[in-house]
Amino acid sequence: MMVKSLKFRHSILSDSAEQINILKKFDESSFESYVKKSGFEKFLSRKIEIFQINMGKMCNQTCKHCHVDAGPDRKEIMTKETMMQCLEALENSDIQTVDLTGGAPEMNPDFKWFVEEIKKLNRHIIVRCNLTIILANPKFHYLPKFFSENRIEVVSSLPYYQKSNTDRQRGDGVFESSIKALKLLNESGYGKENSGLILNLVYNPTGAFLPANQSSLEKDFKTELFSKHGIVFNNLFTITNMPISRFLEYLLDSGNFEYYMEKLISSFNPSSVPNVMCRNTISIGWDGYLYDCDFNQMLDIKVNHSSPDHIKDFNTESLNSREIMTGNHCFGCTAGTGSSCGGAVV
Amino acid sequence: MEYYKSEDLKKFGDIAEYDPELAKKFFDYYGAVFAEGALTEREKSLIALAVSHAVQCPYCIDAYSHDALEKGCNEKQMMEAIHVSAAIKGGAALVHGVQMMNHVKKVSM
Repeated sequence: MMVKSLKFRHSILSDSAEQINILKKFDESSFESYVKKSGFEKFLSRKIEIFQINMGKMCNQTCKHCHVDAGPDRKEIMTKETMMQCLEALENSDIQTVDLTGGAPEMNPDFKWFVEEIKKLNRHIIVRCNLTIILANPKFHYLPKFFSENRIEVVSSLPYYQKSNTDRQRGDGVFESSIKALKLLNESGYGKENSGLILNLVYNPTGAFLPANQSSLEKDFKTELFSKHGIVFNNLFTITNMPISRFLEYLLDSGNFEYYMEKLISSFNPSSVPNVMCRNTISIGWDGYLYDCDFNQMLDIKVNHSSPDHIKDFNTESLNSREIMTGNHCFGCTAGTGSSCGGAVV
Repeated sequence: MEYYKSEDLKKFGDIAEYDPELAKKFFDYYGAVFAEGALTEREKSLIALAVSHAVQCPYCIDAYSHDALEKGCNEKQMMEAIHVSAAIKGGAALVHGVQMMNHVKKVSM
């Protein structure tokens, strides 16, 4: 049976304040103090290079670790009006990369229109595609061709190159459906040498442990996916699971919360701090509010109060030098080789 | 008396309290052994996991079960490593069967 979202189940964890409260247990060794010890008296944005838009919480999957608490029972999606505000903000900025995420961003009825409008602004577009959406309904079969025609970079989660680990995290049948979708993307030229069509995969640990070395795991994924399924792709991004939302629920239910937090804190790597993604990203919520990253968005921690916090008031200059809001969940981005939407940062 | 408390694993470094010099030598050596070399870090992790089972050290089993996952190993690879350990341990017992046979043959008509 498919897992329901925290919100649908009226879980106490669907309240972001409750999650923050649980994470406060580790305030004695707060992230803020670790960042200060790393030489950052003030933790500031470097310059926004990535405009990450969360197009909604609606998704065809209900992954156990989802930090968005997305799923078919979530109905919050970005309206066309907010998309137009995003386009206006983009037009008036020099931000070159637009990263579309969700939920499944393709489920937003204005997805196609929005991508075409961004393309007119000549920006590089990344779509975080969960793969199974391509096969979920005939109305999404157009996606591989649409992606390739618009030269979209596709980033897709595949937590492991084997069925059992993948399905445990993302749901029964997800591995096989993902393999089919990857083959369709390959057929459209994705991941093929010299095609210029970039297909990157994302690895998440399927439990309370840190990701393996990115380059070593990439070699395994390439060997296994090609030898067993004939699949090719460009890069593997290893991403650490954040101790929030449904992954937090898993940690608490399995008795791994303290263990995992101690692991993240003891693995704090000061050299990851200058390169964490919040320093070059702005995250826009489905309702147009602005955040330092997608994780802060899910915890409802908006950008610093001295900066405009809604897309309708977007101001690149002010946001480029904003102070970043942090919390103990941020240890997830600085453990080991660090973690970002583009994988390891060290 | 309670033995093998899992929280004691985190205190491994405390052995330096009674002899810092030897502890430092040991931990430096330990770190060097597990660094990438002619063998990958992952191969070394699987060897450590197998040896942990052979020496039946609960601390080492916890540490290297976790480490192997963080080196990208999957459950099947980890279990195969333990079977290698079991085969060697079982083989070590069985190969002594030859010694038993030698003795039996020596003293038997």
